[in-house]
Amino acid sequence: MNTKKEKFPYGIPGHNLGEIEREIPIEEPPVWPVNDKLKVIGKRVTRIDALDKVTGKAKYTSDMKLPGMLYAKMLRSNVPHAVITSIDISKAKNLTGVHAIHLIENSPKEGEENTKGKYPMVKYVGQPLGGVAAESLEIAKDAIALIKVNYEEKPFVIDMEAAMEIGAPIVFDEPITQQEDGGDVGEVHDGSKGQGNVRGPSTSSFFGGPRGDLEKGFAEADVVVERTYRTQVHTHMPLETHGVVVDWKPDLMMVYTSTQNTNNVRNEMASIFNLPKSKVRVVCDFMGGGFGAKHSAGSFGPMAANLAKKSGRPVWLMLDRQEEHLAEGNRPSSKQYLKIGAKNDGTLTGIQQRSHGTAGVGLGAGVGRIAQILYSCPNFATEQYDVLTNAGPGAAWRAPGNVQGAFGLEQAIDELAEKLKMDPLSYRDHIDKSEVRKVERQRGAALFDWSRRQPAGSGKGVVKKGLGVGQSTWPRFVTLDSSVEIKIHNDGGVEVRSSVQDIGTGTKTILAQVVAEELGLQVKDIKVNIGDTFFPVGPGSGGSVVTGSITPPTRNAAFEAKKELLNLVAKKWETDAAELFISDGQVGHNTDTELKMSFKEATKLMRTSQISKTASRSDDYGGFQQPWGLAYGDLGSVQFAEVSVNTNTGFVKVDKIVAAHSCGRPLNIGQLESQINGGVIQGVSYALYENRVMDKSTGHMVNANVDQYKVPFSMEIPEIESIIVEEYSARSSTDAYGIGEPANIATAAAIANAVYNAIGVRIYEIPITPSSILKALNKVS
Amino acid sequence: MEDKNQGSDPKKTKSITRRSFLRGAGLSTAGSVLLTTNTFALDYKEQLAAGKEFGPEAMTIKMKVNGITESLSVEPRTTLASALRDHLELTGTKIVCDRGSCSACTVYLDGKPVNSCMMSVFDVGDKEITTIEGIAQNGKLHPVQEAFIEHDATQCGYCTPGMVMSCVHLLDTNTDINLEDVKKATRGNLCRCGTHPHVFKATLSASKKTT
Repeated sequence: MNTKKEKFPYGIPGHNLGEIEREIPIEEPPVWPVNDKLKVIGKRVTRIDALDKVTGKAKYTSDMKLPGMLYAKMLRSNVPHAVITSIDISKAKNLTGVHAIHLIENSPKEGEENTKGKYPMVKYVGQPLGGVAAESLEIAKDAIALIKVNYEEKPFVIDMEAAMEIGAPIVFDEPITQQEDGGDVGEVHDGSKGQGNVRGPSTSSFFGGPRGDLEKGFAEADVVVERTYRTQVHTHMPLETHGVVVDWKPDLMMVYTSTQNTNNVRNEMASIFNLPKSKVRVVCDFMGGGFGAKHSAGSFGPMAANLAKKSGRPVWLMLDRQEEHLAEGNRPSSKQYLKIGAKNDGTLTGIQQRSHGTAGVGLGAGVGRIAQILYSCPNFATEQYDVLTNAGPGAAWRAPGNVQGAFGLEQAIDELAEKLKMDPLSYRDHIDKSEVRKVERQRGAALFDWSRRQPAGSGKGVVKKGLGVGQSTWPRFVTLDSSVEIKIHNDGGVEVRSSVQDIGTGTKTILAQVVAEELGLQVKDIKVNIGDTFFPVGPGSGGSVVTGSITPPTRNAAFEAKKELLNLVAKKWETDAAELFISDGQVGHNTDTELKMSFKEATKLMRTSQISKTASRSDDYGGFQQPWGLAYGDLGSVQFAEVSVNTNTGFVKVDKIVAAHSCGRPLNIGQLESQINGGVIQGVSYALYENRVMDKSTGHMVNANVDQYKVPFSMEIPEIESIIVEEYSARSSTDAYGIGEPANIATAAAIANAVYNAIGVRIYEIPITPSSILKALNKVS
Repeated sequence: MEDKNQGSDPKKTKSITRRSFLRGAGLSTAGSVLLTTNTFALDYKEQLAAGKEFGPEAMTIKMKVNGITESLSVEPRTTLASALRDHLELTGTKIVCDRGSCSACTVYLDGKPVNSCMMSVFDVGDKEITTIEGIAQNGKLHPVQEAFIEHDATQCGYCTPGMVMSCVHLLDTNTDINLEDVKKATRGNLCRCGTHPHVFKATLSASKKTT
């Protein structure tokens, strides 16, 4: 491989910015300087699709209407555990306006006998059993109500701790495997190990397994904190529910879907219906939120396709709000035991973690890697167990596992600091080796005015103020299967094409920025056509991988296209193409200032009507920590919380959050702030409000709606100030990373620490409700 | 559903379904106004007085939306939200909770915000509907829309039409506003992406530009 040596900006401006030399492939574009010296990157560029959104013109999957389209509704179980003895569809079939009914049946492999019965066993309330397509949604609903399902009910278990008991009803009496979009993405949860409903443990991650000797570590400790923390199940509740419109043409299956992963949905549908990938096209232009739960075609995708096949018409199938809560994902619960030991000087000597969590009928209820890697500690071990219950399956939820893990770890570190008689922020300076979090602590503490913090519970009056801090880390994941096509048309138009989708984070806009910067054009000159699997494969929008994966090939493809264009200009001017550049829409020459040509004019020199260049994600400059795309470094954050606790009513109000974050080279400040706000608000919600409430006697979720599933509305939104720390690590042609996951990790822990600081009593369980505050204060029993 | 006979012979069914009845009943004031002032809905009053029953089959009604009188064929159980989205293809109005708890379906009825998912389309009568598609006038955005773009007050964008409707109504009725006013105006608007801080900022900025 031909290489070249280049000097890159390295470090944090205003702190330790320097340079590093990297040997990189010769075809990589030249080094971008720090953001200060760029025109479009790192600026407050307005979202290129905002106009469509504010005028109501943006078309989401749920808004689709195709000629002849039918509306579908799913049939779902209303018991938590049962064998289906029969399903009677005769009345539904005869209802005027009904075009197709499809029931989910066990399909044994060819040559195998079906020993499992006609229909799959019911394992939770809301499990999909079938679907109806009709001329209107109302008719489809009527038809569903006319279907009679006969169940032979089995004992079931909803409560996690009850499910762990010997003799509890068994959810699965067979080994099960984790879904790819299960609760704790990036970890392998082995469903074949374990006993009864308790599966696992998972003891390692891609950062390795246990290290050192815990017994020795705790023997060396002068101070030990040993606690159990509990977190609830919460559901994603995206405003647009899961769903699809399937238009199965003779030679092409068109799938419009609200997804975080067009490529994955395409692959699933192709595999399920035994079609070549070339004959399935998945499109997602706008989508109304996912937060981790929308990576798959689920059961609704194949259902709509089956109904489309049976009816010969396009089928619209969007779930309703209740179905969304019951069956389309949740963040698993956790019960985490943590034991942390430290010497009197604060040095950590041992961290032991043991967790149980339930992702219902799914696996992936781990607590992540945060205890393993946030602080250096020579002795560490974790055991993370999944507990199966008769409830809807978990799914990835913004920083899966790690939000639960941070809630435990960051409270334990706070408690340890107090035992060591150290300020919790200074204590983190002592045990945290991350340079970026050091800067975040400094800048955050200054903006937040951490020096106001008083000893725990020392406030006077009924309403007590408290200040707390929490930290997080998130790996820099890169999906190497990330490709982009750049087209320069001979009328000056520039187009970006990839299957990567914009889930509301602003992906379309950052791609336009990257291309505009590289081509010396304005953002408005770039048309971004993404979210379509007919274009080169892009990454799924999860794990904060998109920016780090797709912006480097976008820049590289634009760079290649530019080279080809400049070669044509150089030929015309009889000069060396290396002397040419494009700036402000003009091609110019480094030394001969007389030579000028507009970009549009230059595109007329093309022999064909377009230049088309496709690039894929190169390996990180300097290589990966793990070859599949685990980059070096972390996305660190430090969040500060200020709360008011009314000690008479138990009411907690979050007054302010200061959120200091890093994401490599920031691309779009406004969009980054938006995502930080979102992560923080979801963290406030997790800490204080939302909770999936299950009726243990029936297995039904009792708050499967918006009015009783409490999340923050405007009156509960705290003041949020964000600090975005630029950090250069010279790893790719953009050196940029995402921020979606990190923004959500530390908030609940920071709030719990602030509540402790306010009232002087620790709360080990979320959501922190008025009742838990009053119980902590011994005001109610 | 109560109408078990609907499939075999829709004509035998005597009334609208319980669900749509409850929805209509939720706006009984508007309903009684309808009976006296509706000039569009096919002489509804006279026909009702003559003992005619309506539904469950579709009927043609007229409704004024964004200044245009639209004719649409709807079943009596149709909500205003569904009529706008499914019949008039005005899909900017979103259905999120379908029970009046999230304001994503906010439209104006004679200039006042209502949850269109909680209203029967038959209760609209001759009142004028304004949807998100009718906020920009002659291609010119409302200052709130401009400010939403400038301050990045959208993420996934699904709550955005409802948010814009709430904030535009606030500014159209009061230009001297503070943060608390914006919070109160949007207190029923669910946003899951957490766009609220930028919505507040945008609306305050728009109010400065309109005064």
